[in-house]
Order: sequence, then C-alpha cells, then structure tokens
Amino acid sequence: MNRQSQAAVMFLLGAALLHAGSTGLYLRYVKGGLQPLLLASGAVLIVGALATVWYERGRHRPRQRTHEGHPHEGHPHEGHAHEGDAHEGHAHEGDAHEGHAHEGHAHEGHAHEGHGHPEPRVSWLLLLPLLALILVAPPALGSYSALRSGTALQKPYGLGPLPGGGGPARLSLVDYASRAAYGDGRSLGGRTVQVTGFLALDGSGQPYLVRMALNCCAADAQPVKIGLTGTLPPVLRPDAWLEVTGSYSPRLSRDPVNNGPIPFLKVSSAQPVPAPHDPYDETWNN
Amino acid sequence: MAITEDAPPGAEAGPADAPSGQEGRRLSSPLVLVLTLLLAVLAQSPIRGLLGTPLMQSWMTVFVAVTMQALPFLVLGVLLSAALAVFVPPSFFARALPRRAALAVPVAGVAGAILPGCECASVPVAGALVRRGVTPAAALAFLLSAPAINPIVLTATAVAFPRDPEMVLGRFAASLLVACVMGWLWQRLGRTDWLRPPAHGAHEGATKGEAFWNSVRHDTVHAGGFLVLGAMAAATLKAVAPAQWLRTAAADPLVAILALAVLAVLLSICSEADAFVAASLTQFSLTAKLVFLVVGPMIDLKLFAMQAGTFGRGFALRFAPATFAMAVAGAVVTGAVLL
Repeated sequence: MNRQSQAAVMFLLGAALLHAGSTGLYLRYVKGGLQPLLLASGAVLIVGALATVWYERGRHRPRQRTHEGHPHEGHPHEGHAHEGDAHEGHAHEGDAHEGHAHEGHAHEGHAHEGHGHPEPRVSWLLLLPLLALILVAPPALGSYSALRSGTALQKPYGLGPLPGGGGPARLSLVDYASRAAYGDGRSLGGRTVQVTGFLALDGSGQPYLVRMALNCCAADAQPVKIGLTGTLPPVLRPDAWLEVTGSYSPRLSRDPVNNGPIPFLKVSSAQPVPAPHDPYDETWNN
Repeated sequence: MAITEDAPPGAEAGPADAPSGQEGRRLSSPLVLVLTLLLAVLAQSPIRGLLGTPLMQSWMTVFVAVTMQALPFLVLGVLLSAALAVFVPPSFFARALPRRAALAVPVAGVAGAILPGCECASVPVAGALVRRGVTPAAALAFLLSAPAINPIVLTATAVAFPRDPEMVLGRFAASLLVACVMGWLWQRLGRTDWLRPPAHGAHEGATKGEAFWNSVRHDTVHAGGFLVLGAMAAATLKAVAPAQWLRTAAADPLVAILALAVLAVLLSICSEADAFVAASLTQFSLTAKLVFLVVGPMIDLKLFAMQAGTFGRGFALRFAPATFAMAVAGAVVTGAVLL
C-alpha cells in the first residue's frame, strides 16, 4: 500500500470515526464516555491524511521520478544534512539524467518505503473494520450473546428507596434483579414495577428480559437477566425491546452458564418499545 | 450512508493515478483500494445476507467494538511516539535515564505510570524510544509497565474491586516487578539482532512537520493493521468459545490460574476494562484474577501482533512466551504475599 492509499485509508477511518462518534452509532460498540476521544482521534486521522497528501504533492510536483525499487538503502542519513542538496536539486530539473542520479542520493532521507522496508501488507486489514462499520453497521449485542454468557448480577452494597409517585415504580432491570435476588424482594414492598429490556428465549422457550452492561466496549459486555412469568404477549420475538409491568415473583433460577442468580418477574402487561438510545446499561458498575 | 461515504476515496486517490501510470507493470495500491471499495458497495446486499446470522453479527459487533475502542488510544500513542521521535533530541533520554542499564530499567518501568492509556498506546511509544537510542532493556520495561500501572488503570481496578483494595497494590507491585525482571532479563540474554533494525524513511522528512506526519501515518496504518488482526482473533474467541469451560476450570486452583492467564491472552481486552471483567469472574480466586490483570496488559493476541509489527517477528516470538511465563510467576508470587 503506497502513501496515497494510506492517506485515503486514514481519511476514511477518520471520517468513519467522526460519523460514528457524532451520530450515536458508536454507542452500539463502546461506552458513551469514549465519544470525545473518538471525535478527536477521527480529526487527527483526517489531518494526518491531508498532511500526507500535502507532502506527497510537494514531492511529486517538482520532479517526476519513480520511487520504488531504488537500490540505495541503509545509507546513514540525516534529513537536515542533505537539505541544501535537495533544494539545489530543483535547479537541475531540466537535465533528467543528471538530476535523477544526483537526487537519488540527495533524497535518501525521505525516500519511499519501497526502499528495503516494504510497506506492510497488513495495512490492508484496516479496510475490514471500515467496511464493517460503513456497510453493515452491526447491531448492538443481543439475545445471542446474552444467552451465551452468564448473568453478571452481583450482590448490591445497599438498596435505596423505591422511586416515589403513584403507579408502578420504574426501575432499571439491574435494580429490580438485585432487589429480587438479594433480600427476597422485601425492598420492593409489594409495589408493581416497570422494567425495560430486550427479549431472549432459551432452548426450552423460557423468555428472559435482558440488559447488557458495558465497562469499556462490547467485548466486555455482560448480561443481567430476569425470567418472565405471568401474562406475556402471544408472539415473542428475540431481541425485541419490551417495557414490562409486573410484580415480584419469589421464583429464582440459576444461570446454566455461570450458576448466577436469575430472579423472576410476574408480568401483568407488556408493550413493545423502541430500542433506547444507548442499548447498554452503563450505570451499574461505573 | 454507504454511497456518501464512498466519495472520498476517489477524490483522495485521484492525484495518485499519475505516478501509477508510469509504473504500469503492476496494479497500484490506490487502484486496488478504489476497486475494493466499489466492489464492496456494489455487493453490499449479498454481503449483508451472508453476515446476517447471529453468530456473524455478534462477531462483527465485537470486532468493530475492539477496533473502535482501541483506535483513539492507538492514535494517542502514535502522536506521542512521533513527537518523541521528532521533537525530543536523543540527548534528552541520555540525560534523563541513568547511564547504567541495570538502573535505567526500573526508572523506565516507573516512568510507565505517566502514559495514560492502554496497551495500544505503549507499543508505538516504546518503538520510538528504541529508535531514539534508549537502551532496549529500559524501553521494554516501559512497554510492559505503562499499560498496567498508569493512574487510569489503577483507578479502574479500585472501582472494580471495592472490597479488595489490596488488588490495586497487588496489580501495581506485580506489574512493575515483572516489567523490571523482563528488562533485566533482556539486558542479560537479549541480542540486538533479534530486534528488527529501526525502519528508516518512516520518521524522516525535509522538515520537522513532514517527519512528524510521516511518522504518524506510518505508525497508524502499520500498528493499526496489526490491531485489526488482534481484534479479529479476540472477536473469534468471544463468539465461538463456550463460557461453560470456565466453570470447570475454576474448580481446580492451579488450573484456574492457568486458565485465566490464557484467557487474558486470548481475550485481548483493553487494560482499562480488564479489571471489570476480572471482577465478574466470580468463581475464581483473587490470585487467579490478579494473574489475569497482570498478564493481560503485558501480552495478548493484539499486543503480540503489534509487537511483531513494530519490533519484528523474531523478537515477538521470543519475547512473548518469556513475558507470559514471568507475568504468571510474578503475579502468583505477589498474590501469595499480598492477597
């Protein structure tokens, strides 16, 4: 991959990072706090690409010579030492042969990577995340990953009071799971609760409401699951987001993956909701 | 979206077509690049169909996530290393580090604490240090300690283990210990010809600005390519390996330590996040978790690929197994003393 292509790839990567960082697409893959860094690095990549193109132009315009496959290499050289020669070189432009031979030496310092240090082919791999992000934009992790990893529910330090107001208490899925799994749901005080998450169906068809939690990026995402009983919608589609209203159920099962606790919720009504802006729950362990 | 994003390559690669016309004898890379992008856009619906299965989708999500999360830190490291290589004179390092390599190693190891970020940033910086004439032993100690003992990572560890504050101390002590031991080991046994001679051309130019951006461009596409390689490996493991294996591994204390050490290598999680993953492996002992936290920032698939790219394959093949063994041993000893 030569310098122009590298500049193009850097530009595209930078543009993709800016695009993902500014549209909220990044929330499918990394935590929200990374946004400023994503935007900054996208800008740096674009500036780097433009700088490369700028310097390449300066290199190509005054003299047309082929760069690759020069036999000179390994000469000790300092860019500065030859600078004077380099400028002189422009004067010789008319005389192609002499100028070429002369410059071949003078410009060692900034010769192309064709010199004994071939551009690594591995750079082409950078196209893969670019294409994946631009063409496919894979969705946030869903029921498939949730069922393959064990619940990350851990004993809470303490349980705060339920949110006030009439009607069902709106709790995060993790909050309900901690209250139900530890302390036998006493802190719920018999109130109805409202929980949002996406559906996952295990091999036996048992529905779970799941929320994935994120520390850094989707590679370390971990699910918290609650089992659903009671009156459920007739058609359950995995990965569909549901807002479920119900009450505490004493039933508790164990996650077959890591033996973690999976509390249950007795559903009285459920309605589909759009996926939230940030599909991951970033509140509970940061 | 795909169509609008596609415009830049044509515009960017335009001027590049002139020299390729002269060469003529082989396909120039700008041409290949444009063709690849065009083909991908044209064939996007069959590609999407192929990638529609849940397995492929979660693979791609993790792959994009690892790359996206690491890129900002890679860019940070690349900028730092370019600045080191261009603006800091070699005499500075000669003055800043003790003359004796045996003393320079721990100083460089402790200096790792000032590089905020994860392991992706430390590889290019360590490469720049070697190019600037810092003794490789000290640069390697810096390479190993920086991702593990900087304040961001230690804070994350404290947050992830609120009930075991000694984990933070253990992580700091074990990582610094292993980094110094590896530095001294290199000083004693290492041979310079294992290290690939520093690449010329990449970090040079007529002006300092040109040299700086040359270095940035070269390191970004170079280390970035290896980063992608590592991300692919990590995504494959995450998508394919069944989590039940971990349960059986946790039963035996010795197997548990080895299992988490291997897992740290395979998962290639960023060192700022690995503490949270370690904390969630509730079945395992604290010592096994410490092993996970010490091994991960020092050697994993992503790092191995990046080290091979920066220092050469011959170096990485020798350095990585030694680092792995020392990291496991150092973490177990520290765990026995502290935890």
